[in-house]
Amino acid sequence: MNASLIVLELAVVLLGLVVLVQDWFTPAKDRRTLGYGAVLGVAVMLLYSFFAFDGTETLYAFGNAYVMDGLALWFKRFFLLAALLVLIMATEFSERFDAGQSEFFALILFALAGMMFAASANDFILLFVALELITVTFYVLVSFLRRRVESLEAGVKYLILGALSSGFLVYGIALIFGATGTMNFNELADKLANNAALGHKQLLTAGILLVLVGLGFKMAAVPFQIWAPDVYQGSPTPTTAFLSVGSKAAGVVLLMRLLGTAIPDLAFNLEKLLMAMAAGTILYGSLCAIPQRNLKRLLGYSSIASAGYLLLGFAVMNKAGSSAVLYYLAGYLFTVLAAFTVIAIVVQEAGAEDISSLSGLAQRSPLLATSLTLAMVSLAGIPPLAGFFGKFLLLKAVIAEGVRWHAYYWLFAVAVVGVLISLYYYFNVVKAIYWSKGGTDLTPIPVSLPTKFALLVCIAGMFWLGLNPDGALGLAVEAVKSLRLA
Amino acid sequence: MSLLSSIFLLPLLAALVVLCIPRNYKFVIRLVTLGATFASMLLALALFAKYNAAPVENGFKFVERHAWVSVSALKLDIGWHLGVDGINLGLIVMGAIVAFAAACVSREIKRLEKEYYTLLLVMTGGILGAFASLNLFFFYFFHELALVPTFIMIGVWGHGENRNYATFKITIYLSLGALIALAGLIALYIQSGANTFDIVELTKAVKARPLPLAAQSLIFPLLLFGFGILVSLWPFHTWAPLGYGSAPTATAMLHAGVLKKFGLYGLLRVGIPLMPDGAAAWLEILAFLCLGNIVYCGLVAMRQKDLNLLIGNSSVAHMGFIFLGIASLNLVGVTGAVVVMVAHGFLAALTFGLSGALRAQTGTLEMEKLGGLLRQIPFLGAAVVMAMLAGCGLPGFANFVGEAMVLFGSWRAFPLVTTLATWGALIIGAVYMLRAVRNILHGPEKPEWAALKDASAWAKVPFVLLLAALLLLGVWPRLLTDKIQPSAAAIIAMAETKTADKAARPGELKKAAGEAKQRAVQPR
Repeated sequence: MNASLIVLELAVVLLGLVVLVQDWFTPAKDRRTLGYGAVLGVAVMLLYSFFAFDGTETLYAFGNAYVMDGLALWFKRFFLLAALLVLIMATEFSERFDAGQSEFFALILFALAGMMFAASANDFILLFVALELITVTFYVLVSFLRRRVESLEAGVKYLILGALSSGFLVYGIALIFGATGTMNFNELADKLANNAALGHKQLLTAGILLVLVGLGFKMAAVPFQIWAPDVYQGSPTPTTAFLSVGSKAAGVVLLMRLLGTAIPDLAFNLEKLLMAMAAGTILYGSLCAIPQRNLKRLLGYSSIASAGYLLLGFAVMNKAGSSAVLYYLAGYLFTVLAAFTVIAIVVQEAGAEDISSLSGLAQRSPLLATSLTLAMVSLAGIPPLAGFFGKFLLLKAVIAEGVRWHAYYWLFAVAVVGVLISLYYYFNVVKAIYWSKGGTDLTPIPVSLPTKFALLVCIAGMFWLGLNPDGALGLAVEAVKSLRLA
Repeated sequence: MSLLSSIFLLPLLAALVVLCIPRNYKFVIRLVTLGATFASMLLALALFAKYNAAPVENGFKFVERHAWVSVSALKLDIGWHLGVDGINLGLIVMGAIVAFAAACVSREIKRLEKEYYTLLLVMTGGILGAFASLNLFFFYFFHELALVPTFIMIGVWGHGENRNYATFKITIYLSLGALIALAGLIALYIQSGANTFDIVELTKAVKARPLPLAAQSLIFPLLLFGFGILVSLWPFHTWAPLGYGSAPTATAMLHAGVLKKFGLYGLLRVGIPLMPDGAAAWLEILAFLCLGNIVYCGLVAMRQKDLNLLIGNSSVAHMGFIFLGIASLNLVGVTGAVVVMVAHGFLAALTFGLSGALRAQTGTLEMEKLGGLLRQIPFLGAAVVMAMLAGCGLPGFANFVGEAMVLFGSWRAFPLVTTLATWGALIIGAVYMLRAVRNILHGPEKPEWAALKDASAWAKVPFVLLLAALLLLGVWPRLLTDKIQPSAAAIIAMAETKTADKAARPGELKKAAGEAKQRAVQPR
């Protein structure tokens, strides 16, 4: 039995429990140290993951329900890094909570454990449990600012829609089990390969579509995106950041497993659906972002558009697309976390989330201004930053498929329209930083050392992925090797 | 760093240095910028001096190659590949000189200097890098790197009440053009079967196995219109006058002068030689679109009241000549097109620089308000007169050489278009240019401009430099044409080897080469 495979998850859960227990022995004014402790713990685990695993072979545990391969390991490291940066942000942010700082840190760690299990899910049961672990912790994290109506409203919205999507997901899993008699991804793929008639069962198709609803909700893809802007706006900023990076990536890895491991023979039936979803998501996210004045809401729509770009990588149904998805996600991690770290600080200073609260930021804190500018430029997909190469790979994968079917050229055209629109709203943010009028408050904004560290990591990551893609792309290609796609 | 890469890496490095200088040390920031662009200009001139027309393998000299990204599983191979031949040599030298001139005139900037000079240096590095790259990925990469500073500079340091509108218009137009071109480049990568962005490798692959006709007729229009939007091909030109009218002087100089040539260069380097059959179907249409540039935009320029809008429109009109030369697809025409690219770079930089110097003193560029300025500002005024005359195509300036060659070349291919274009160029161009000279410089002196001061010795440097370049190439065009010719001949040879019915005509090529030499000497 390979229980040693889940050592990372166990360590994360344990760390969460230690934070909770240690809370009893820590005076209220020192609770921040718990946050830094959690940061350190996660950093150690991230380092350990490089020594303990290499991801070259595929290992199973718990009756093949849990898989440890290149893809799982890639995503585990991704989630650990995301959580590390989010915890730094959360520790800075925790001053705003009346109580429960330690619970906030612990919940982030529990959500992290859920994401790491999701990365290894090879069975619908584990898929569901992992997703629920993520979603249920996020219900709390979203509504953590109990005194703020927006936060509660966001929590309720997320709870209702999240529960609904979980319902769809469970229903879909039940239908799939009913049609095929198995929950395991490998067995399901074998059955489909050996029995072509099984693939035409409508019960199975319905089940897969319902599972897609659940995953689409996680990724905030059209038409399951309606919750995202409200929840992004209302949540505490660290939650929003973790939601937009971690939760979305969890949806991505599960969708990847579903298409690449569980139903590779049926995946092509979903081609048109995924293309339509990608196009719709890109257009919806980009168009709705245009009039937004609230920074977090703007990033909410931008995150919907990003989900659309990620879906491009799924729509092409090959490994080039999947590795492009991983690359894009990696760039997205650094970019979005840089943006939210800056926004968290600015919002705290200004007390408002409006885009105009950025005015004069260039004078108040050059580091914050530079970080946010770089993040916006990277999101807009402009060289030499990470977002450019990620989008380049995705678009290249789409055009390559155009040879097979010309509809992909239209998909490309839609993506181009999305990129053009996004230039408008991302540059609006840059504009607000540098050349908006009316910024009267020009007092410098203090930036703490850990935050500086987090921002520098993000900036370095953006430049590294943009200027030296060779190594990271090699890792992404290795990671998707185990998928059974073209 | 080799000679070629240091030409554009130097400004990029300087951008990093400027970022690290505290913002109060304005003089140091300016000094670093001037030093870096000056050094890069000297290096570019050294490159020009060292370049000889001796034939080499693949036609490129000063080649520099490194691996960058190579992932076999994705069939992705992007390498760092630099090199120059006759086509981009002149553009790089011109770009470096214009960049130095742009840095010189940037003294008008009085706020957020640190950000400004950083962006200026990034833009310079991007522009020169794009022209030096022989890999389509970096070609595109550096172009985008230069475009973004353009947008931001127009937005932050631009002039006029239309600035915001102009910023977004130019951003969206140019990004659209770049993305369409990117689609074409990626499609080329995939359809060529070579799985490479390397221009040299692509050329080899296409020579061995031409692109299928269907692929050519898909990709060529993508490149033509993608690049066309970037070069303000009529009817996609409306961003240009507006954008240049609102841009800070240096940005207008660099974009109108150098960066805009990117699309033309791409068309000449990639579009036409690699997709001769696709091009054959479109060149005739392109020739008529050129008329839109030359005649229509010339007429629009005639109606302008603002000097910057006039220059902007005339710059769009001049693009028509380059397109026409490329479309004519013979040695004289193509060589002429490259000469116009270089000459127009100097000219656009000169005119925008001068108009910027005027605006810095008068605060307005409305020609009706100006008048009788020549007496107050003899140097600037004389420079304006020379620039305007160069713009009309007066012999002695480099523009004449290029435009004459283009018209000679295109006569054989498109007699009708050439006739109309000649009229458009000579009559319309002369009307608006001379009218501008009269309105601004001649006429009664106005009391409100009595206090104007002529350029100081330092401020004269960029204008003298640009005028000298125009005159030098005007009286000694062989300096450039001898270098362009072999490369242009190679491109035409590829473009002519399309199908069996239009077999290569070596005799005619040789004849054309002889004519080009003759004509190149004529302007003297």
